[in-house]
Amino acid sequence: MKRMLSMENFRIRSSTHSPRWSFILFLLLCSCVAPVSSAQDGFKTETQSGSAERLRVAVASFKIGTVDPHNEALHTTFDTTLYNDLANAGIFDLVSKSMAPQVSPGAPAEVSLPQWAAAPSLAQMVAFGTLGVTGDRLAVNGFLFDVKNPQYPQVLAKQYGETATDDSARQIAHRFADEIIARLGGGISGIAETKIYFVHLAGGNKELWAMDYDGANQHAITHLGTVSLSPRVSPDNTRLAFSSLGHDGFQIKMYSLLLGRLVNFPVSGGTNLSPAWAPNGKDLSYSSSRTGDPEIWISDINGSGGRRVTNFRGPDVSPVFNPRSGSQIAWISGRTGLPQLYIMETDGSAVQRLTDGGYATSPSWSPNGQFVAFAWNRKYGPGAPGGQDIYIMEIATKRWIQLTHEGGPCDFPSWSPDGRHLVYANSPDGRAEHMKIWTMLADGTQRHPLTSTGSDMPNWSWK
Amino acid sequence: MNVLPKQVSSSRMKHSASRSLIFLMVTALSLSLATGCHKKRSGIDPNSLGPSTASAPVPTAALTANPVAIDPGQTVMLSWHTTNANLVTIDGLGELNPNGTQSVSPSTSTSYHLTAKGEGGATEADVRVTVRPAPAGSTGLDSANTHNGSDVSDTAFHAAVQDVFFDYDSYDLRPDGQNNAAQAAAYLVAHPGVKVLVGGYCDERGSAEYNLALGENRANSARSALVDAGVAAGRIRSISYGKEKQFCNEANESCWQENRRAQFTIDR
Repeated sequence: MKRMLSMENFRIRSSTHSPRWSFILFLLLCSCVAPVSSAQDGFKTETQSGSAERLRVAVASFKIGTVDPHNEALHTTFDTTLYNDLANAGIFDLVSKSMAPQVSPGAPAEVSLPQWAAAPSLAQMVAFGTLGVTGDRLAVNGFLFDVKNPQYPQVLAKQYGETATDDSARQIAHRFADEIIARLGGGISGIAETKIYFVHLAGGNKELWAMDYDGANQHAITHLGTVSLSPRVSPDNTRLAFSSLGHDGFQIKMYSLLLGRLVNFPVSGGTNLSPAWAPNGKDLSYSSSRTGDPEIWISDINGSGGRRVTNFRGPDVSPVFNPRSGSQIAWISGRTGLPQLYIMETDGSAVQRLTDGGYATSPSWSPNGQFVAFAWNRKYGPGAPGGQDIYIMEIATKRWIQLTHEGGPCDFPSWSPDGRHLVYANSPDGRAEHMKIWTMLADGTQRHPLTSTGSDMPNWSWK
Repeated sequence: MNVLPKQVSSSRMKHSASRSLIFLMVTALSLSLATGCHKKRSGIDPNSLGPSTASAPVPTAALTANPVAIDPGQTVMLSWHTTNANLVTIDGLGELNPNGTQSVSPSTSTSYHLTAKGEGGATEADVRVTVRPAPAGSTGLDSANTHNGSDVSDTAFHAAVQDVFFDYDSYDLRPDGQNNAAQAAAYLVAHPGVKVLVGGYCDERGSAEYNLALGENRANSARSALVDAGVAAGRIRSISYGKEKQFCNEANESCWQENRRAQFTIDR
């Protein structure tokens, strides 16, 4: 009865209690038999943290400060990226461009705060600055001013200098956006500089690709000409662990993002799958059938010192560490038939089943350690509605909410490092060639695709 | 308040029970068909030939086919050589010269049976021509592929060794699977030069990582059956392909069933 939390209950937690909510709570209290655990409130994810009222932020089009033919293109990239980063953050009430004053103050002396405070802008904060190319260098000065504090308005002042490329303009915008989010987000750090690694379909092969968090800058990492799956980036962004098909079946591979090539990882017997980094960056967990049955193993990141953690007949796969403690693993086991979600300590003790049925796969543990996102087909029987969708479960209570609905099979959720966003793969008809990577806030809102078709298995970087 | 599936289990179990019943029926049907196809052409009853004259030499007979495996529509050259025979027949081709060749184009796999009768008795010779099913997994005309020093072609191998099929989300051998695995094991025991690759496959439903683990369990189930039947473990290599290499790409049960299997191929 209480296991299923409606979206409404879920979101309503962030605002003050509405009369309707109080009524539901009242009903719950009246009807409860088990006195303590029944009257649980809805849980909230990081998406709901911060104040209920969103800060209204305006972004001025940056002023072009030099005379150079490259200015125009880089200016467009920068402005677009900065605006989207702040919108994607999901914590601001962003002033739409049509409501913002059509001015480009380039420096503090040029900004008129009453102009931004007036209707229809009604901004509480305004970001502005200058951008200019000189020779092959791109220089950006960015400011954030508190419109409501005319006496000491300056919140941020930042200077950036890079080689003048389109990618530089985008990365500078990401960095400035992250500074703004860090300053205004109430302890939330921005994700605009993070990367997403994913599987890209190329003919019959699957290669590993990377992109910026917003889907820009998509590019290939591997060119192995085989099927490579399950990219997992190390906490320090220096290595990419994955599983790749070769003469010995699927084996764990390790790619150095610094060296730009594969580094050694020993081949072991059986099928070796789904690597996962411990938050300390020193241990790697994965599924290995070297003893004949797929089990969860932990070794160091060079593949030595391997030890088996599980010992159950049937598939055990897709481990993921609790990123906060590093002392627990969530994984998928088929020991009772259809795959279910479990957690345990890294020494194999305290095994606990989290899902009560259906077909559960692909766990991703939230950065604060509180939730597991996973794909679940609840299989209420032939003809019953519902397919494979993205769910979040609060581990302490085993209460869950469903984030995607009716859009075709979804799989491989992965948390953003700020715990406020999820990427996942979705294909309307379930076919691999129609699979796209989507992003959304962790409450299921602001959903939009990041890639075109043929992309799968996203993995969000740790920072 | 730990909750276990309620509505889920009962309907699902009923579903799978009816499905396994269908599988049993299909299995029984296919078994009876299979035995029906292999007509026993044991040929001549030795007792009907009368006592052989001690002085008369016994006929010899040899029958070969080249190639031994064809695609539908192609021709095979049958060659035979006999001695001490005055009546040479091949079933279906009638009476023939003592030595000769003839091209044939069977539409289905056929066993050609030669009988050479003479004063000293009767001798028989057999050759089997395999006709590959049209959309088979491996294409090309490398039919008489006799690598590995074992003189076994892929075609002959696949004629004798059938893949093992599994139920949804299962890696337990069904009765038909046990039967196929036993046949494969018997073939491998009889051909000790052949190494085998066991590939574990899954249908397109569900998640890629879990299916790779499930495919590994399927490959290992088939592998264990071979090892238990006396095939040396060192001759078997197993690989899980999960749902990464689909044979059939339609979203229906017959197609999914085709993909849920452990496949045997010669490991060259």
